[in-house]
Amino acid sequence: MGSLDTFVQQVFNGLVLGSLYALIALGYTMVYGIVNLINFAHGDVLMVGALTALSVIALAQAMAPGASGWVLMIVGMLAAIPVCVLLSLLIERVAYRPLRNAPRLAPLITAIGVSILLQTLAMIIWGRNHLTFPQLLSSEPITIGPATATATKLLVIALSAIIMVALLLLVQYTRLGRAMRATAENARVAALMGVNPNAVIAATFAIGAALAAVAGVMYASLYSVAHFYMGFIPGLKAFTAAVLGGIGNIPGAMLGGILLGLIEALGAGYIDQISNGVFGSNYQDVFAFIVLCAVLILRPSGLLGERVADRA
Amino acid sequence: MNSVPLNLHQHRRSALLATTLIALVLLVLPLVAQWLGPAWVRTFAFAALYVMLALGLNIVVGFAGLLDLGYIAFYAVGAYTFALLASPHLTENFPSIAQAFPGGLHVPIWASIPLGAAIAAGFGVLLGAPVLKLRGDYLAIVTLGFGEIIRIFLNNLNEPINLTNGPQGITLIDPVRLGPLRFDHTVSLLGLQLTSLQLYYYLFTVLALLCVLVCVRLQDSRIGRAWMAIREDEIAAKAMGINVRNIKLLAFGLGATFGGVSGSMFAAFQGFVSPESFSLMESVIVLSMIVLGGLGHIPGVILGAVMLSVFPEFLRHTVGPLQMQLFGRIVVDTEVLRMLLYGVALVIIMLYRPKGLWPAPQHGVAPASAPPSAAQPQTGA
Repeated sequence: MGSLDTFVQQVFNGLVLGSLYALIALGYTMVYGIVNLINFAHGDVLMVGALTALSVIALAQAMAPGASGWVLMIVGMLAAIPVCVLLSLLIERVAYRPLRNAPRLAPLITAIGVSILLQTLAMIIWGRNHLTFPQLLSSEPITIGPATATATKLLVIALSAIIMVALLLLVQYTRLGRAMRATAENARVAALMGVNPNAVIAATFAIGAALAAVAGVMYASLYSVAHFYMGFIPGLKAFTAAVLGGIGNIPGAMLGGILLGLIEALGAGYIDQISNGVFGSNYQDVFAFIVLCAVLILRPSGLLGERVADRA
Repeated sequence: MNSVPLNLHQHRRSALLATTLIALVLLVLPLVAQWLGPAWVRTFAFAALYVMLALGLNIVVGFAGLLDLGYIAFYAVGAYTFALLASPHLTENFPSIAQAFPGGLHVPIWASIPLGAAIAAGFGVLLGAPVLKLRGDYLAIVTLGFGEIIRIFLNNLNEPINLTNGPQGITLIDPVRLGPLRFDHTVSLLGLQLTSLQLYYYLFTVLALLCVLVCVRLQDSRIGRAWMAIREDEIAAKAMGINVRNIKLLAFGLGATFGGVSGSMFAAFQGFVSPESFSLMESVIVLSMIVLGGLGHIPGVILGAVMLSVFPEFLRHTVGPLQMQLFGRIVVDTEVLRMLLYGVALVIIMLYRPKGLWPAPQHGVAPASAPPSAAQPQTGA
């Protein structure tokens, strides 16, 4: 039953990856739903979160050498979240808000510029080398049926699930959530109804950044590495996931993330056999891009999105 | 009415003067730069290369309004085509080719440059075809994805057949050869000793001027106007009878051609190509050049390209020693500074001068310097 074991293992890996992509994709989709802007710098916010957590954890380890891995992980996340939130609010205020009514190209180009600025900032503060993210949780393999997992991987899935449920509840049942949905639908009318659009937009960016911070810390602990360029690929893949699910659609982002993770894991696992050794697993990143191009060309509204007419 | 011919005369005379001045400066520049240091000649040669790239991207983004973030892929295609045609890589890895070309594969530039340009144009059309109905953000992301796909393929196509030699790249690429002149030696011409760098500078400047000529003619042609119509309002353009699909493909293809030509020249100049030189950052650099200079305005684009390729080098020579003096060590090294410059340029320009430093003059807009009192009728007492 070797191949079934491999299959289940790959599905599990896909779920782990997919949960991360879903978290990051939520940030993209919420921002796009409200201000119609692809926040190019979102992946770099993730990177800042991961590197901040790294520094704080190193500091905490120096000050309290006996602290358990779980405590350090929580400390890292609690440190990364406010930093990312503040950074994202700053970016929104300085770079995106003045361009809210500008022609399409302007905010996109600014977003690219912000992304580069964040990367250079990270290069200056943390250097250009790949830094090792410490192995905080035990790496003892935990067997679940035919698949092997580690504590970190299980944490990723569990934490992502909790956060996603919390977000759905927030958007559906709280005043802020109602305000966000209203602003996404029609910002002017929402303002007439008493919603402060600037505050809602800021809150959206903040929530997205918090999610990215958590995702960044988990991504770094999963791959045990953090560096200034680490946000680009996950950011792009998460955007693919958001588009796959239907951009602007929150459950869509979650679905898209999980789906993309599964596609990537299964693809990377079986590409060798499918292509008779021509393409190896080093083409893993290409899957996400191919999915992206395919979705945008064939079904731009995504899986759960409404059919949107051609817009400039 | 009498003033018109006089103005035209003065206009023509000043235009001629400006042209001669620029030509003189371009001619003399490498000789002056050589005195400052050969690194500067190299900088100016790269500036000419970037001018070509910027003009190509300007066709896609500036004229036709299609934000292409994967433009550097065409540069890569041009470079690798030239590299494959003029290096020992193919003959070393494919015995059939080694047999067909016993003296080694040394395709001359009058064949390899057009081939590189044609293949790049082919890729341009290939990229453009599926994205015709995408706009704005989505187009940018898909083109970015395509650019990355090509880079990943270049990085990994060394198994099972070694086409691109993977991350190690292709080395030992032939230099440019014009008749008996080999561009990797110092040549004595008209009583002057011209180094290899200076020869390449002249070649690239001539090519860049040709590109400028092509772009200027395109701008005022039917095709150029069609591009600008699509940029402003695609539906109205379609209603006016413009074949939007073909025009868009033409934009991608022509832009890619420019990239292909510059790529081939880059390969010959450097003698070595690897996937590292063709990352997303390079695409963003070219984009920031045209955004800084003036999107869609040819002199602006040239200005942006020259500024953003010369200024970082200038910074390298000044900021480094300055930091040593102030801080005793290098706090921000030049690579980081270069990237910082590009990021800042993009953000600041978009926030404060979105049309660029030297935007296209707008037709039909009243000049701001018209005295306001003349326009306002006297009301009241």
